[in-house]
Amino acid sequence: MRGRNLPYLLIAPAVIFLAVLFFIPLVQTIALAFETRSGPGLGNFVRMADDLNFHDAVVNTFRFVGLAVPLQLAAALGMAMMLRHLGKGRDLVLWIWTIPLGLSDLAAGLIWLAILNDKGYLASLLFHLGIVSEPQSWLTYESPFALFVAVVIAEFWRATAIVIVILVAGLQLVPKEYAEAASVFGASPWRIFTRITLPLMKPSIQSALILRTVLAFEAFAVVIAIGGRNFPVLVSEAYNWQNFNQEPSVAAAYAVVVMGLSLAATALWLRLLRTPAEQRG
Amino acid sequence: MSGKRALYLAGIAVVCAWVLVPLWFIAANALGGQAVISAWPKPFIPDAFSLVTLGEFLAIEGVFRAMLIGIEVAVLCTIFSVLLGLPAGYALARYTFRGANAFRLMVLLTRAFPVGILALPLTVGFIRLGLYDTPLGIALMHTALALPFAVLVSASLFQAIPRELEEAAWVFGCSPFQAAIRVVMPLALPGVSAVAIFAFVISWNEVFAASVLSARNRTLTAYLLAMLSESPLTYQFAGGLLLIVPSVLFIFLVRKHLFAMWGIASR
Repeated sequence: MRGRNLPYLLIAPAVIFLAVLFFIPLVQTIALAFETRSGPGLGNFVRMADDLNFHDAVVNTFRFVGLAVPLQLAAALGMAMMLRHLGKGRDLVLWIWTIPLGLSDLAAGLIWLAILNDKGYLASLLFHLGIVSEPQSWLTYESPFALFVAVVIAEFWRATAIVIVILVAGLQLVPKEYAEAASVFGASPWRIFTRITLPLMKPSIQSALILRTVLAFEAFAVVIAIGGRNFPVLVSEAYNWQNFNQEPSVAAAYAVVVMGLSLAATALWLRLLRTPAEQRG
Repeated sequence: MSGKRALYLAGIAVVCAWVLVPLWFIAANALGGQAVISAWPKPFIPDAFSLVTLGEFLAIEGVFRAMLIGIEVAVLCTIFSVLLGLPAGYALARYTFRGANAFRLMVLLTRAFPVGILALPLTVGFIRLGLYDTPLGIALMHTALALPFAVLVSASLFQAIPRELEEAAWVFGCSPFQAAIRVVMPLALPGVSAVAIFAFVISWNEVFAASVLSARNRTLTAYLLAMLSESPLTYQFAGGLLLIVPSVLFIFLVRKHLFAMWGIASR
């Protein structure tokens, strides 16, 4: 009897912990978002949508996720393929490429602030090249596009690393024989990549996309570090409503929107990149 | 052919530079001394290195304390994640039981959610329980982030250790608990330490929950975020460097396990 209960005893602490610190706050967030003074309703969502920053936050979030995530996937695919032909020094190169994996988005934001601020290293480089003669203030509310580009670059620089790790790990599971066979039959490298390697990597591409999309919807410190409050995204607005406006229920409404988007993105990737059961290893 | 090879190696080198040069710039900014702060154009290699700026930053009231709190939170998160995650991972690896798949699914489900945001409604409950604005409270929230990872990775760790070793220990008179501690744990230790280091880095880097759940007892990330708008750039860069150094060191320590872990955790 004891033996049969043992696995339940072993998972019980983790289950209870996740129930208390994941499921309860999840339900609480939703309850808080739909709770108004006059009973349950959409009042908090209306206040959220009426706010001046809401429209910008939605647009910025979608542009940010929509550009950063595909860029990360494309670059990581390229980098993972590059590594395949590297003999000696592969471990060192791989370590260097994955360094940003350990950094927070706040740290990445600060790093790119050092490069892109008015007297930063990019402006200095342009000065040395004779292109500009004075400090350049790009990162202001007057140039939202530059802010956007800077935020995407910072996130691209930081989070491509985790995609590389997932893809390289996935690539290790792909037998080399298929590509070799195709090569023997005269397929070009590009054809081998698109017709054989890429389809076989689908499961790891899928998990990389899920992970990155969810985390990109959540990114906010990088945005605040580079743009202050001039480049609002959904999560930074949630933070502002909670901390500065002291309105937890509107912050919760933002949180519900972000959660909905994350779930929708996860469902989308699960569906678009489904691996049929007979193809699973 | 060798021209092609040279081009290829150059490509590798360019990507390495893309990763390393930005790190160099923030270090040069934080360690370049007073002269670098207002310099225009900025020297790519500072004339002299000094710890003056970093020292000044650390001397600001609250900075050093925020660092200690950040470490305390991360250590607590590591302990919780390992203590809760290892037994659950062991159960998944060694036993077939009803609900095992449901549990696995529950763990995976947390990854489809932006967990940090769930700190929002916790403030009220935490105030009531006396957990608000304490390292313990933040660490609990961070454990919700790190635990799913710890469960999945430790499950695969234990799966890789042959069951026969344990059974042999039972034959020689060990209880299942003794066998797990004396035989399995030593073999799993390198992987477990990688799990621990990852939990530490997850917590050390987390900004949103740490900011929402604290007011005065801030972690380094929450402190930096709060002072972004009011502090000079140099101090921001010094703070950024302090954030970066431990993370880079830790990733160096777990580099061998990185791929095995993610290959498994992402399946």
